[in-house]
Amino acid sequence: MSGKTLYDKLWDDHVVFTEDDGSSLIYIDRHLVHEVTSPQAFEGLRLAGRKPWRQSRNLAVADHNVPTTHRDQGIADPISRLQVETLEKNCAEFGITEFSMADIRQGIVHVIGPEQGATLPGMTVVCGDSHTSTHGASGALAFGIGTSEVEHVLATQCLMQKKARNMLVKVEGQLRAGVTAKDIVLAIIGKIGTAGGNGYTLEFAGSAIRALSMEGRMTVCNMAIEAGARAGLIAVDETTIDYYRNRPLAPKGDDWFMAERMWRQLHSDADAVFDKVVELAAFDIVPQVTWGTSPELVAAVDGKIPDPARETDAGKRESMQRALQYMDLKPGQAIVDIYPDKVFIGSCTNSRIEDLRAAAVVAQGKKVADTIKLALVVPGSGLVKQQAEAEGLDKIFIEAGFEWRDPGCSMCLAMNADRLEPGERCASTSNRNFEGRQGYGGRTHLVSPAMAAAAAIAGHFVDVSRIQSGSQ
Amino acid sequence: MRAFTKITARVAPFDRANIDTDAIIPKQFLKSIRRAGFGPYLFDEWRYLDHGEPEMDCSQRPLNPDFVLNKAQYQNAGILLARENFGCGSSREHAPWALEDFGFRVLIAPSFADIFYNNCFKNGLLPIALSAEIVDSLFKDLTDGYELSVDLESQTITTPAGREIAFDVDQNRKFRLLNGLDDIDLTLQHAEAIRAYETERAKRAPWLFSDAMTAKV
Repeated sequence: MSGKTLYDKLWDDHVVFTEDDGSSLIYIDRHLVHEVTSPQAFEGLRLAGRKPWRQSRNLAVADHNVPTTHRDQGIADPISRLQVETLEKNCAEFGITEFSMADIRQGIVHVIGPEQGATLPGMTVVCGDSHTSTHGASGALAFGIGTSEVEHVLATQCLMQKKARNMLVKVEGQLRAGVTAKDIVLAIIGKIGTAGGNGYTLEFAGSAIRALSMEGRMTVCNMAIEAGARAGLIAVDETTIDYYRNRPLAPKGDDWFMAERMWRQLHSDADAVFDKVVELAAFDIVPQVTWGTSPELVAAVDGKIPDPARETDAGKRESMQRALQYMDLKPGQAIVDIYPDKVFIGSCTNSRIEDLRAAAVVAQGKKVADTIKLALVVPGSGLVKQQAEAEGLDKIFIEAGFEWRDPGCSMCLAMNADRLEPGERCASTSNRNFEGRQGYGGRTHLVSPAMAAAAAIAGHFVDVSRIQSGSQ
Repeated sequence: MRAFTKITARVAPFDRANIDTDAIIPKQFLKSIRRAGFGPYLFDEWRYLDHGEPEMDCSQRPLNPDFVLNKAQYQNAGILLARENFGCGSSREHAPWALEDFGFRVLIAPSFADIFYNNCFKNGLLPIALSAEIVDSLFKDLTDGYELSVDLESQTITTPAGREIAFDVDQNRKFRLLNGLDDIDLTLQHAEAIRAYETERAKRAPWLFSDAMTAKV
């Protein structure tokens, strides 16, 4: 018999029972809750007279609707305010811990989970949010669910699931200077497509993945969903163990040693068999910029926008044409000739301290171009913000002409006041470039934090790897 | 949940791949704390010529005459025919809520995004994945007033010409949908098994069952 994949191990460890048709009841170790996808679930519990199965496994925070300025004045939009207040009321009623807007630990749910050690290796982690895949970076099985399942997890601490297939995505070799985790994952999505991971759990492996920090691994797993996979995983190694040691909610004392021993088993066996294997060479990856309205429509920064006329698949050709029309771009146009109106550095993909450091290195001593109407830096959590300020990053950004904001999802999906106006173009470190995602009629180009900062300074996209190696 | 057994309904064709849940129901409508009332905002950015906001009276808004669901022949459609990877992106269950509230009961496409597919079954909405060739043939067949009959029990679609197309569905999901069963009730029937799992797991991973799991405010 062949060995087990990491996904097989995590799955087997959480099966309560399996039905005849292969569906399994899976035990959920950690449930993260936010204000947008939970009100109807709590209402369902109330109507049925049910209580949470295990209160301690839930952790709630408001992130999507929260303002990133003037927090002391509360939330101006009455509909947003009601949603955030509803979360507070529900958590109080059902005995669930919530980090309020005034708590230094408040932030984007996928930033605070690992930061607090609320999500740990070996866990099953769910949240009513597709970017829950982020937590797979720790060797946890983490995936997004809908509101009905949020209610189901609250009531039973379990979910009925069908096991996905195993895909290995291997990135071998050394990255070039200026190329980051974001570029790796965009290159992967460009290769396998936005539906390439449908029905699979992706395990990211290879020397380039192992060389990433935990935060870089989170960026990669965060976007597994943009390749269609509900969950992305990375094996536990020394980097993982070091990251979780001393996190507030991580096990302590003897429990820690027991956990560490267990976590070190969280890797695919050498003889494990995957249903599909995809390989990329790290050295071939250059900084990436999306040009369309799906994350798979991505190009190298030194490249050009492809010509739909050369696409043989009629459906793809049409998607490309529609995307070019929406984005107001032309085939053959150089990526470096694209001029954003706004720049957004933030989101659950790229708002951690290392992301902010990478952007600050580029911004230091420079000025945001006059043509950029707004350049925002939105830290992922209150603690990230505090750390950045301790390092003086806020001053670097503010002196360069960026706005330094309070933590939340912000312009990634524009549920608060931070948004694009119709026709505006944005260099964004977020995860989705769908039509209208960052605001009605807005145009999104997904890039890494260093690339976003470089675009803010230059006023157009530039190859940050060239700036950083001093040749431009 | 509303049960699904069989329907015969008009088909609306949406000839586009990778329709994401942001397009199905844009973010501003997710601020609602209710589960109903999303139908008027389904495909809001494509369906109307102005920018929609929550609680707007949609009967007064300018319609996009080119958008498929605004065409007279697709009013009251109950089946949506689409291309691959329907429902990709955000996990928002507001997407199936909006489709169901609009009047759709069946979605047919070559493939669906995993989270969206799962969410449909929780809301009396049947997503059917057929081969790209068959979906293509349905797009070609489609004429004004074209209707399909969908029978979940026998797992068949019948075309107006009498052609029968079989489809796959998990037996577990089929059973729940046919009977409109409450998933939570079904799971709670296994409460003892869940407790037994917890007892066994607590021996292997005691820290998961200690106070340390709770953040203090």
